[in-house]
Amino acid sequence: MTDKRCTEDEAVAELASGMTIGFGGWGSRRKPMSVVRAIVRSDITDLTVVSWGGPDVGMLCATGKVKRLVYAFVSLDTIPLEPHFRAARQSGAVEDEPYDEGMFLLGLQAAAWRVPFLPTRVGLGSDILRDNDRVKTVTSPFEDGEELVAVPALTMDAAFVHMNRADGRGNGQYLGPDPYMDDLFLGAATQRYLTTEKVIPTEDLSKEGPPQSLLISRLLVDGVIEAPNGAHFTSCDPDYPRDEAFQKQYAASAKSPEAWAEFRSTWLDLSEADYQAKLAADAGTAA
Amino acid sequence: MSDQLSGLVDRADVCVVAMAECFRGDGELLANPIGTIPMIGGRLARATFEPDLAMTDGEARLIANDEAFEWPGGKVVEHFNPYRQMFGWVWNGRRHVVMGGTQIDRYGNQNFAAIGEYARPKVQLLGYRGAPGNTINDTTSYWVPNHSPNVLCERVDTVCGVGYDRAGQLDERQRRFHEIRGVVTNLAVLDFATPDHRMRLCSVHPGVTVDEVQTATGFDLTIPDAVPTSRLPTPDEVELIATVIDPTGQRLREVPNP
Repeated sequence: MTDKRCTEDEAVAELASGMTIGFGGWGSRRKPMSVVRAIVRSDITDLTVVSWGGPDVGMLCATGKVKRLVYAFVSLDTIPLEPHFRAARQSGAVEDEPYDEGMFLLGLQAAAWRVPFLPTRVGLGSDILRDNDRVKTVTSPFEDGEELVAVPALTMDAAFVHMNRADGRGNGQYLGPDPYMDDLFLGAATQRYLTTEKVIPTEDLSKEGPPQSLLISRLLVDGVIEAPNGAHFTSCDPDYPRDEAFQKQYAASAKSPEAWAEFRSTWLDLSEADYQAKLAADAGTAA
Repeated sequence: MSDQLSGLVDRADVCVVAMAECFRGDGELLANPIGTIPMIGGRLARATFEPDLAMTDGEARLIANDEAFEWPGGKVVEHFNPYRQMFGWVWNGRRHVVMGGTQIDRYGNQNFAAIGEYARPKVQLLGYRGAPGNTINDTTSYWVPNHSPNVLCERVDTVCGVGYDRAGQLDERQRRFHEIRGVVTNLAVLDFATPDHRMRLCSVHPGVTVDEVQTATGFDLTIPDAVPTSRLPTPDEVELIATVIDPTGQRLREVPNP
């Protein structure tokens, strides 16, 4: 029986500059942020980032890790526009590969099913075909002969998702409201990692939730990272809600290079253990 | 309607009723109004004249509750509706969405991705989100809380939501599910029921003149000879909105009285 447990830094050591990396979750919800922080600490760069974008995208943009963005939106949910992403786009710092949300799902599904594209009506008439040259049209080979849009497979070198619970073999469980597309990210990637609030014995998974909460199979996972509070400051219901105060501080750090430098030195230029210890200490002070 | 009576009606409630009216005739369909006033309007439509509409809790459930935002007595869950299922509804043609827009033009093209040249925008916004898919697959309406020439503008910088002129360039099969039902703003109700689907002024809210609406619009509207006043809420509707659907008055913060 393979125990796949490892640390964020061990997983990130397997990555390389120039890779295409996907992050699960949605907006500012259940993001594998402990891995994002580990990437920030590493020297890898020139990444193509694939995401239902939230602070994963913004933080990697702000730290100069991103070459290209593959996305349908970037938002912090309660703060609709992600300021670090906006700054990167407006300064021309990143290449842009935009999709409609539904197209994005099809691109992940195509990659997970190992087909080059999936057809859809989505995109017809819009400027997606102007702004994304990977999106093409395709003619139905059947009698109808209808012209549709072909969404390319969004294959990745590596993908990371965050689960509420998992066992050491990589069976992952979400206990919150929505699975998002996390299973598809792992299906679309070569190197596949799951971070989790808590590693528990396989036989305990069914005590936490019904079978349909067991979203991720170990067949899709190469590495399991135990990361308590690892999605912070994004939400990880029901374990914890979004840390709105911290998110405001993160968003405000886009206001000036000085503000960003301060945020970075306070919260990012330190180990995950120190990050969590500082959070706990600050919470203690507040209480 | 007399000025005395219309003066007693909150502008927000007129907008809610106008939004609700967008759903009239939809029957058993997923009404997906995004935003404060749209969500209240959708709930009002279901609680009164469109009882078979299905609606979300704003996250991953379809719920039967009349309350729009908070459910002190708990949610009555009808269906598990995570994001991937929502795309299923969109592509299956079971949804009428209400979106916002940073720019909307006379044919109903909509933009909330970026202002300025797309390659290096002056102002980056959300991204394309679901607008291309929503508009090509299902009926779409728009909610504009701040009717101004910047929003209702001559030309959108990026076409996210597909308008009638763009749809018209597609072949008949490609555009067969496209419909922009209406645009409700804080000043007026508009639609596209003209021969070439240019935006038309349907009604002005109480206290608003036709000239004010045209001045606040960045293109020439089609304006009929007689423009009626928007339908006012009935006393029963006012009570339902204020006591059940939106008891904390979120609508009044989105659209204050003039």
